[in-house]
Amino acid sequence: MMSNLTELTVAAIRKGVADGDFTAVEVAEAFNGNVAAADALNAFIVATPEKAIAAAEAVDAKRAKGESLGKMGGVPIGMKDLFATDGVQTTAASHMLEGFVPQYESTVSQKLWDAGAGMLGKLNLDQFAMGSSNETSYFGNVISPWRRNDANGVPGNAALAPGGSSGGSSSAIAARLCPAATGTDTGGSIRQPAAFTGITGIKPTYGRCSRWGVVAFASSLDQAGPMARDVTDCAIMLEAMAGFDPKDSTSLDMPVPAWEAGLNPDMKGKKVGIPREYRMDGMDDEIAKSWDDGIAWLKDAGAQVVDISLPHTKYALPAYYIIAPAEASSNLARYDGVRYGLRDLPEGAGLQDMYAATRADGFGAEVKRRIMIGTYVLSAGFYDAYYNQAQRVRALIARDFEQAFEQCDVILAPTCPSAAFALGDKTSDPLSMYLNDVFAVPASLAGLPAMSVPAGLNSEGLPLGLQIIGRAFDEQGVLNAGLAIEQRAGFTAKPEKWW
Amino acid sequence: MSNYTIQGATGEWEVVIGLEVHAQVTSNAKLFSGAATAFGAEPNTQVSLVDAAMPGMLPVPNRECIRQAVRTGMAIDAQINKWSRFDRKNYFYADLPQGYQISQLYHPLVGEGHLDISLDDKNPDAVKRIGVERIHVEQDAGKLMHDQHPTMSYVDLNRSGVALMEIVSKPDMRSPAEAGAYVRKLRAILRYVGSCDGNMEEGSMRADVNVSVRKPGGELGTRTETKNVNSVRFVMQVIEYEANRQVDVIENGGAVNQETRLFDPDTGTTRTMRSKEDAHDYRYFPDPDLLPLELDDAFLDACRASLPELPDAKRLRYENELGMTAYNAGQLTMDVDVYKRFEDILAATAIKLDKPEKAVATQVANWVLSVAPGVKNAVPDVDEANDTTGANAGILALLASDTVSGGQAKEIYEIVLKTGREPEEIAETEGLKQNSDTGAIEAVVDEVLANNAEKVAEYRGGKDKLFGFFVGQTMKAMKGQGNPAVVNEILKAKLG
Repeated sequence: MMSNLTELTVAAIRKGVADGDFTAVEVAEAFNGNVAAADALNAFIVATPEKAIAAAEAVDAKRAKGESLGKMGGVPIGMKDLFATDGVQTTAASHMLEGFVPQYESTVSQKLWDAGAGMLGKLNLDQFAMGSSNETSYFGNVISPWRRNDANGVPGNAALAPGGSSGGSSSAIAARLCPAATGTDTGGSIRQPAAFTGITGIKPTYGRCSRWGVVAFASSLDQAGPMARDVTDCAIMLEAMAGFDPKDSTSLDMPVPAWEAGLNPDMKGKKVGIPREYRMDGMDDEIAKSWDDGIAWLKDAGAQVVDISLPHTKYALPAYYIIAPAEASSNLARYDGVRYGLRDLPEGAGLQDMYAATRADGFGAEVKRRIMIGTYVLSAGFYDAYYNQAQRVRALIARDFEQAFEQCDVILAPTCPSAAFALGDKTSDPLSMYLNDVFAVPASLAGLPAMSVPAGLNSEGLPLGLQIIGRAFDEQGVLNAGLAIEQRAGFTAKPEKWW
Repeated sequence: MSNYTIQGATGEWEVVIGLEVHAQVTSNAKLFSGAATAFGAEPNTQVSLVDAAMPGMLPVPNRECIRQAVRTGMAIDAQINKWSRFDRKNYFYADLPQGYQISQLYHPLVGEGHLDISLDDKNPDAVKRIGVERIHVEQDAGKLMHDQHPTMSYVDLNRSGVALMEIVSKPDMRSPAEAGAYVRKLRAILRYVGSCDGNMEEGSMRADVNVSVRKPGGELGTRTETKNVNSVRFVMQVIEYEANRQVDVIENGGAVNQETRLFDPDTGTTRTMRSKEDAHDYRYFPDPDLLPLELDDAFLDACRASLPELPDAKRLRYENELGMTAYNAGQLTMDVDVYKRFEDILAATAIKLDKPEKAVATQVANWVLSVAPGVKNAVPDVDEANDTTGANAGILALLASDTVSGGQAKEIYEIVLKTGREPEEIAETEGLKQNSDTGAIEAVVDEVLANNAEKVAEYRGGKDKLFGFFVGQTMKAMKGQGNPAVVNEILKAKLG
């Protein structure tokens, strides 16, 4: 049934194409159609239907010749517009890079194409991946396909945030514009949008996926990962994305485990840690309840639940908002109008004027805010008090996790402190926006694998996510716990189509 | 070792000098990218995506550059830090694509070391030790070209990302001569090690010169830093000018500003580039794109094993094993090209003569240091390809076996340089061989004395100066081929 192709998961599409139930081109056409009909969501900055078709034709041709189709054979995906794509505009959702067409392909996207995936388009995001609601994009905010119900269960009209920065990815997957998409996570940018839109996303261990060709935000934190509808699809896609890359000095020189084949929801003999510091004052009741549900599900799967402490948790967010802007302020210095991207050269301007004009015009308010914070914390006289101190905190947070993992195998926590908020709700108060990342940031600072899986809907009919954090390199343990929750949560809700 | 002082109105001033030498690492590829590094290529033809700082590009350290810096550190007896780290030095300029230079501020690759300088060619063993604070590795910037367009500057990124070693001395030098000797010695070591070609004209080596003045033994004065000085002579000029300028400023009641200055080679003066107030805040922090650099023992051992014999050790060996004068040994070991030429010719000559090297070392040294260059300088159209090891050894063998005289050797060398013919053949065909046959020489001498009986009588009467006349007559009669030593000996005997 052609109309149902866009309801299929990555695993189902791959199998259907391989078995000849339908062709890869049929799948690509179906998703291209959904993309074309979803302008209202503003999930894509650029759609590339011809790329999706070309890749699908290649897969179909391989199948005709009896060749292997690859890990992602016949699966069209969305590509976050932070990944450089050869010949296709790559903007990081900024005016600065509007019209910039790279002559190179990021390692991660190349691996996906090599695995048989095709590109439906470049997905919208927060500008330079800085944001938690997708409202910092130069190309307009993405809108979540979800709608909040009123007290009578009637869907409202308020446009909700799809989360950020990978909000184009989350919105597109939830709205069935693509079965899966790439995301990047610096301080929750995969997990938070996944939680907001009822999908699954995993940030692997820092270094698993090459950063080569990914527009940098904060180098020591940036990590690519898959976003999809379920745990199995994440395992499949992560396998295709990950791997050592000699072009990235921070890339992990380790073999890529067979995560998909290793999926096992049996938690017998496993210990699940519940960090007491994450149960914060004034925690949303529904968030607390979904956390309790998660605990119950993992117990049901055979796990033993233990209370753990991550004592430096409350310092994680401040440390993150020093380290990430510090690195960003330096990483974004290359956008100067000299070699590529935007150049504002006022009449009679000198070099300094060109810098000032180009960067004033090319960067949005949130990007400027972070460049200024980062410049400040690295300045002479402040460096020790801010940057060095934050690095010390970061080391303590990593040690917290190491000690916790002596008592447990994975950690369970909420992904976010709330369900999706309405667009515009937090734009006037950056701090309340930053607080969205409070549960996500510690794992980022420690470089640990962490994923968000849907736990259910809240009373307003909005998805809530549960976060699983694992030991470094133990994506398998994270995926398995995620699978155990997924099987018990029975999350099948999807947004009513209104767009 | 040098008593250089500035004589001011208020008395003597001592000059305190420290140098930061930037040496381009000899390697085929840049420090963090695979792009080539050859000098003189067309603009922007040696630029990778990394060098142009395209979005998403990442640096990967070039192991060869690290190896060369480590070897350099070992050559100056320096502490090699097995754990070091790269930092970003942030500033905006059009020749700096990343908006930061990857350098090493907090944890340099090489720590403290030293090198010994000598100011006396005749006595190179009298040395002064100059401390080296550190050597760190960093990226070079690109180059702006201001002459391509009436209103715009162009950027050439060929040099962007090329590996530099910054070699920072301690403020141990006290005179322009010491600073000059330091740069020359450092250059010699770099060239021995092969870590930098030392070519100052092409900018492979340039120095930032830190100068301050003080009353002898007093508190250190405020220093100025003169940037990018690109010859030994200019380094010395900068110091001379700066020291005098600073003394004038202070003695006129002013204070030296801590500032960065530029040298103008046309006038031999320096001028303010930027003062301390305008100094950049470089916002150094560890580069998060790079892991700390960790070196293992095997790597260090391999670096150490690959070091050649260094100038000081070589000089001592020449003195002790080859019986050479300290002056010759010092001159021969000052530059890699000179010692290599010497050692090649020495080995070939010793083999030709089937003698130990020591037996011919002094003759070869004199030839390489003074005789050969003298001839070469006088010949206008030298074909360098003719100046082979074999030809030089051939001439030296003829000389050492008394087959040719010193004068004949020079003539043969001149012909070799012009034509590339074989020395033995030249000696034969051109009649450039000396006659050492005592019987034959005696016969000629007898004839000369017989034909000049009057002069013989005068000589014997005490007119010693006439000896040269008899030598000349004898040589003339022998068409210049008589062995001068034998002629002298026989004349002396016969004249009594």
